[in-house]
Amino acid sequence: MRNLTRDARAALCRRDFLKGAGALIVSFSTGGLRTAEAQFGGPMPGSPAINQLDSWIAIAADGTVTAYSGKEELGQGIVTAQMQLVAEELSVPFERVNLIYCDTGLTPDQAYTAGSQSHPANFNHGNLAQAGATAREALLRLGSERLGVPVDQLTAVEGTIRVKTDAARRVSYGELVGGKKFNLALDPNARRKPASEWTVLGKPVHRPDIPELVSAQFEFVHNVRVPGMLHGKVVRPPVVGARVMSIDETSINKLPGFVKVVVKKDFVGVVTEKPWQAVQAANQLKVTWSQGSGLPSHANFYQQMRTLPARDTLMVDSNDVEQKIAGAATVMKASYLHPYQMHGSMGSSCAVAHVDGDKATVWSPTQGVWYQKTTLGMLLGLKPENIRVIFRRGSGCYGLNGADTVTYDAAILSQAVGKPVRVQLSRKDEMAWENYGNAYVLDERAGLDAQGNILAWDHESWSPNRGNRPGPGTPGNIVTGYLAGFPPQPFAPRTPAPAPSNYNNNANAVPSYVAGNVGGRDHGTGTIQSERVLVHNVESAFWTGPLRSPNRLQNTFAHESFMDELAARVKSDPVAYRLRHLRDPRLIDVVKAVAKAANWDERPSPKPAHAKTGVVTGRGMACVLYEGDNGYSALVAEVEVNQDTGKITPKRIVVCNDVGPVSNPDGLRNQIEGGALQGTSRALLEEVTWDDQKVTAVDWRTYHTLPLGFAVPKIETVLLNRPEEEATGAGETSITVVAAALANAVFDATGARLRQIPFTAERVKAALAARA
Amino acid sequence: MSAITLKVNGRTHNLDLDPSTPLLYVLSDDLELRGPKFGCGLGQCGACTVIVKGQASCITPVRTVGGAEITTIEGIGTAGKPHPIQKAFIEEQAAQCGFCVSGVIMTAKAFLDKNPKASEEQIEQALSGVLCRCFTNVRMLHAIHRAAQEMAR
Repeated sequence: MRNLTRDARAALCRRDFLKGAGALIVSFSTGGLRTAEAQFGGPMPGSPAINQLDSWIAIAADGTVTAYSGKEELGQGIVTAQMQLVAEELSVPFERVNLIYCDTGLTPDQAYTAGSQSHPANFNHGNLAQAGATAREALLRLGSERLGVPVDQLTAVEGTIRVKTDAARRVSYGELVGGKKFNLALDPNARRKPASEWTVLGKPVHRPDIPELVSAQFEFVHNVRVPGMLHGKVVRPPVVGARVMSIDETSINKLPGFVKVVVKKDFVGVVTEKPWQAVQAANQLKVTWSQGSGLPSHANFYQQMRTLPARDTLMVDSNDVEQKIAGAATVMKASYLHPYQMHGSMGSSCAVAHVDGDKATVWSPTQGVWYQKTTLGMLLGLKPENIRVIFRRGSGCYGLNGADTVTYDAAILSQAVGKPVRVQLSRKDEMAWENYGNAYVLDERAGLDAQGNILAWDHESWSPNRGNRPGPGTPGNIVTGYLAGFPPQPFAPRTPAPAPSNYNNNANAVPSYVAGNVGGRDHGTGTIQSERVLVHNVESAFWTGPLRSPNRLQNTFAHESFMDELAARVKSDPVAYRLRHLRDPRLIDVVKAVAKAANWDERPSPKPAHAKTGVVTGRGMACVLYEGDNGYSALVAEVEVNQDTGKITPKRIVVCNDVGPVSNPDGLRNQIEGGALQGTSRALLEEVTWDDQKVTAVDWRTYHTLPLGFAVPKIETVLLNRPEEEATGAGETSITVVAAALANAVFDATGARLRQIPFTAERVKAALAARA
Repeated sequence: MSAITLKVNGRTHNLDLDPSTPLLYVLSDDLELRGPKFGCGLGQCGACTVIVKGQASCITPVRTVGGAEITTIEGIGTAGKPHPIQKAFIEEQAAQCGFCVSGVIMTAKAFLDKNPKASEEQIEQALSGVLCRCFTNVRMLHAIHRAAQEMAR
């Protein structure tokens, strides 16, 4: 017997409320979504209008505030911060706020929850923040009418409008608007509360989901159960590029619980009554596949990348780099390599889909419910308006993991059997076919004057791409859509690159130390006037897509390592040398603050008179303005290097972040700490491997990661709170600077330079052998 | 199919099952417990950890645990009345996505039950077969150590 879980039940029931009258209010309790009362004013065509207050905030008769957001909780703590924001702007206690997020039937369309964009989107001038401010001002006006007192003599306190001089004269929000709509547009001039007035924002409020998580009451997408639900499993090609030739259904159709074999071009899946039956059926299904298309040799993969047809983009070009470098007293060059890496989610991806005739409901851990609605429409041949995508948290994704592809899997299987189907990928299916974080070859070149100042900086990179997030129109950007017959987004080579027409440092391709001059204006954070940044995108044999700090981490590894190489060349302290070439005051501040907190040992690297054998120690630093405008981070790493074994042991990591006004300092620290260690794992261990036909990193024995209980370094976080500035992203900042800081620390300890990630023992030993 | 009796968190369940079904599938599908999670299905990550004969539930056929006492995280405490480890995780805010948390807590509980005076280093060692891909390591290890001190009192 399959009973609907209470959370799934509540979600389905909410559809019925769309018909009544009044504001839509759904209340939460510690068990998640449980009950839903009140009604909604008329059917909602698609998503609620983003400029209407009622799309964002509803107040019940009991004063409970329900807010709606298009930015979802992936484990980064953003839901807690958004609840703080609503409580703050509305002047209600935190406990009285509920937040419903990322349900295409209920919440405003805010595109993806990705790219450290949730704070910029919802905490600055529009959207949720402005909805809160608009609602508070509306309540003040309503209170003024009710109490017969001018607005300027009123104040909003704990869910009531009160007379400033007589707190007993008050009216509650529930009495003013309870259960009714505001019928107001968001007011861009509604006054946001300045940080000096904050009582909820800026505080280390505990996440309401953590008690549910630690007691296993929390509903992950993996726990969604709907009536009549069947279980599916996919059968992916055994090698890259293999096509379905034939399928022998008799190989499994006598198995207990067998329901159906589903084939859609090269997509193959099975549906059974129970999940273990699906595993067995998928394992035993006889499929004849064509030969694969073959894969590039892993051994000369990086070299080959430079020779492929490319789409070239110039980010900056002062047109004098060659000339300046030709005239320089010293010229330095270095190349850096970064592998494909995995999201490697802890739980393999899972989704539940119910395709019922011309309608569909899916429970998905996707980062983009609205885009999924349109691409599912393409995949299933349904009208997008007949599809409802409800976000349910999956295992941490860190970008485009298997969340979208498994949702397609479940949807295709459900459509084929006409019943709800749950699919959870196997570990191998998750790892062998996800959209990997990009591999990179990065060349750096600089010319220095006789005093050691950098005169010119030239950067060129090569990176392979295939597919991406499915966006609104490319289901073929991920493996299931491709297997089912949709092409990935087209690749169009272009050489030479046109001159840059606007400044875009979203990928941190432009180093922090150059001027970033486009259109006659310096947009960058540095002082070096002679600059060129040329990016080559080439085609990938593997699927690629955003992995936490996509491109930015790879570019920053090269830039911040190279900056360290330059500092060492001119025998300058790495912090002082950075400061000498920076002009952005906030970037300068995080660099200085992290150096101070780390008690930075000011001197050139490497450490004088380091031993050539045995265990040595060193310190390194790196910094970034994430995405060129979205959060400052500087990090100091202290490491121990065993020169006999090649093992690197990080001992201490100090991170300073400036993300504008800090919404929740504990949540921010949690993100910084996690980023620092995830970055450490990626720098030291993580690499996708393959043979001539297929990916060979398919589980936790073949794809290496740091476990929970490794010798964890001490982590210290320093938060530079800037209440007067714009809110920026935070989730991807610290991870961006880890690899370079570690490589720089290893150089400081040993004099050996690591230019290829991951820093395996073999590579460390090779670098030690190659040092001067 | 065969009749199998499972004792889970003090309750007895009489089930009719394919005896090769991994215990994890029975706990999460037939019994609809949310604690034990499918992470890898290979016994490599710890997400499915329950306390029974000290094995990963994703690779333990259900027939081998018939009659044994099985404890999942649901059996050690609730949000309202948390076990000291659960309480410490709340106090340290030791979670990000939270998918690994059940397995981490059950691994820690199994270890601390046998080693109540464990040092921080021993705790790290005990958690060396468990993954948290959000890398909430610092907080989780602090929380476990804090709980160990609390439990030893």
